Amino acid sequence: MSESNVASIAEAAHSEAALMPPVDVFEDAGGITLYADLPGVPKDKLVLQVESDTLTIEGEVLLDTPAGMEASHAEVSLPRYRRVFTLSKELDSEKVSAELKNGVLRLRIPKAEHAQPRRIEVRVE
Amino acid sequence: MPYRSLYPRDLFAELDRLQRDMQQAFELSPSIRGLGRGGFPAINVGSSPNSVEIYAFAPGVDPAAIEAQIEKGVLTIAGERKPDLPGKDEKATVHIDERYAGRFRRVVSLPEDIDPAAVQARYRDGVLHISIQRRQAAQPRRITIE
Repeated sequence: MSESNVASIAEAAHSEAALMPPVDVFEDAGGITLYADLPGVPKDKLVLQVESDTLTIEGEVLLDTPAGMEASHAEVSLPRYRRVFTLSKELDSEKVSAELKNGVLRLRIPKAEHAQPRRIEVRVE
Repeated sequence: MPYRSLYPRDLFAELDRLQRDMQQAFELSPSIRGLGRGGFPAINVGSSPNSVEIYAFAPGVDPAAIEAQIEKGVLTIAGERKPDLPGKDEKATVHIDERYAGRFRRVVSLPEDIDPAAVQARYRDGVLHISIQRRQAAQPRRITIE
């Protein structure tokens, strides 16, 4: 493991606690589609990062709370979501497209040109 | 879906599940509505001197299709979330399937001093925020001593 890798792991352990958002991931011939539930995260508080083969999804929850409000019951117990995925090399991380609507993030990660499907012919002898 | 944790690896949800299992095993008496955690949508409740605030975390739901109702001091939130995963006929492989899909219904018991006529509901960024005013008479009033 390289030095920078060790440093980034230590950094991640020290950063603030966050909830892990539930996701759906599916793959078709053209690439991978990911949906993540990030309720309460406005567009400007969503951070998507692709660094070499690591995809990081991070969002901060913003709610309208009236002055003097005290929480009496909290199932969403932290105001932050974070989830990290490792991408595989056939995916084209340069061409990731993202859309955030009603608290649902949709990510599309296409496969690189050279990794597009090619039919393999099976020969019977 | 009582046994599916809304946030995988959410320690509190897992502990609740454990607690529920223990209660079953030892025949303790939990709340009549269960422990609540882990259902969809997740709900946060807050209270201020003037109002009760309910936040239902229901991402990806058509706001027009959410039914919210107050009856006999109980708030019910119901609706449906359509699945985003591809159907069986499509040529796709599902790798992770964690998000809730289907009909949902959650019930929250409200304090007695709320005014069911003074309710505001907004849906923003996937969160349904319901604000219910407390009745004026119930608000604390400073008593002047002469």
